[in-house]
Amino acid sequence: MGEIGENEEEVKLVGAWFSPYVHRVTWVLKLKGIQYEYVEEKINSKSSLLLDCNPVHKKVPVLLHHGKPIAESLFIIEYIDETWKQNPILPTDPYDRAMARYWAPYIDQMILEGSKRALYVEGEQLKKEIKKVSEAMEVLEGMLKGKKYFGGERLGFLDIAFGWIAIWLEAIDQVAGVRFLDSHKYPLIHKWKNKFREIDVVKDSLFPMEKLVCFFKKYSQYSKLKLSEATK
Amino acid sequence: MADEVKLFGMWASPYSRRVELALKLKGIPYEYIEEDLSNKSSLLLKYNPVHQKIPVLVHNGKSIPESLVILEYIDETWRNNPVLLPRDPYKRSIARFWAKFIDEKILITTRKVSFTTGKEQDQAMEELSEQLKLLENELKGKPYFAGEAIGYLDIVVANFLVFWFRNLQEALGINMFTKERFPIIFEWIEKVVAIDVVEVCRIPKERHLVYIRTRLEAIKSASK
Repeated sequence: MGEIGENEEEVKLVGAWFSPYVHRVTWVLKLKGIQYEYVEEKINSKSSLLLDCNPVHKKVPVLLHHGKPIAESLFIIEYIDETWKQNPILPTDPYDRAMARYWAPYIDQMILEGSKRALYVEGEQLKKEIKKVSEAMEVLEGMLKGKKYFGGERLGFLDIAFGWIAIWLEAIDQVAGVRFLDSHKYPLIHKWKNKFREIDVVKDSLFPMEKLVCFFKKYSQYSKLKLSEATK
Repeated sequence: MADEVKLFGMWASPYSRRVELALKLKGIPYEYIEEDLSNKSSLLLKYNPVHQKIPVLVHNGKSIPESLVILEYIDETWRNNPVLLPRDPYKRSIARFWAKFIDEKILITTRKVSFTTGKEQDQAMEELSEQLKLLENELKGKPYFAGEAIGYLDIVVANFLVFWFRNLQEALGINMFTKERFPIIFEWIEKVVAIDVVEVCRIPKERHLVYIRTRLEAIKSASK
């Protein structure tokens, strides 16, 4: 590696520390042993780098490979998998790939976005979100029957996609005052969660609970304010 | 063993039509089952228990829901021409991004356009115009979204925009999606509709206009 000049692969990840969408990309980069530069994006003032790279959505994560931007965490993961072939993340069988592509965004919508909404909606709306999340958690529990990981014997795309549940959901539970991550109702998810947290590449994402709780408290207050402003 | 391919769809759904177009472009024989969405069949509920939505592709007994997931499945399973998704990983990620943008952002805006009036509707149309301009940008310097030949993103845009949205705008009595405002997209439209199987997959216009008007009325009166 005695070359002067740019790193040939030049991989940059623009992210935010609190974002599960960002972390799932870092897990994949680390699992594949890909060198990358991480750029932390400040929450309220979007950098010109982000605006240049993701002008449509202005959201993290964005992966830059040789300066070319790729947005949307699940698409970034597919891009990484297709570009660096070691330690494949997605299954090889087309049907299994279809199932992976189907379930990942579904759980993002139902559980990730649903539980976040539970942080700031009330009354009937809150009941609806709780019901949606619970139904999706049941589906997830069913998917783990007879399996060590969602990917089977080994970690796979869905484990990476659902991995945020092992870290973020407990903090959301605390702030929202609900019990989405009920270990009695979902013993398999509970077991999987503990296994997932033991994985090397995940260890850097294990925040102290207080830090995440503090973040979600702020998020909850901010979102409630925005909601009441919007409905005036 | 012969492949058994079934598609559960609905004649007015651009999502269902996009899967049909992919199957026809690849020359894959399939059985089409029309679903009455107000009275879903037990087969549909069996093959898509979680979402209970069309389209669902059933290949040798295995069911795949979600039109965009189905398109990728088709491309990976039947590898003959036309190859639908770009071979280059970066171009693939771009195609996926825009397809998602259409199904999420553009769909939301078209709903706003459909259910608002006056100033609110003007604003929604402005927003939609901007989104369509972004999409049009993707065509610059290429005959098709996919490059030299029709592909994944062309299928998605054709069904949503060309066949579905043009009928919607006529039913609403608006005319924002025009050749003057979107010359590049309209040039692409002429190329796309000249392809045989594309015409075959077009949602029948007159029937569709009646359908849209009826549904809009029903939704508007339900919300009163």
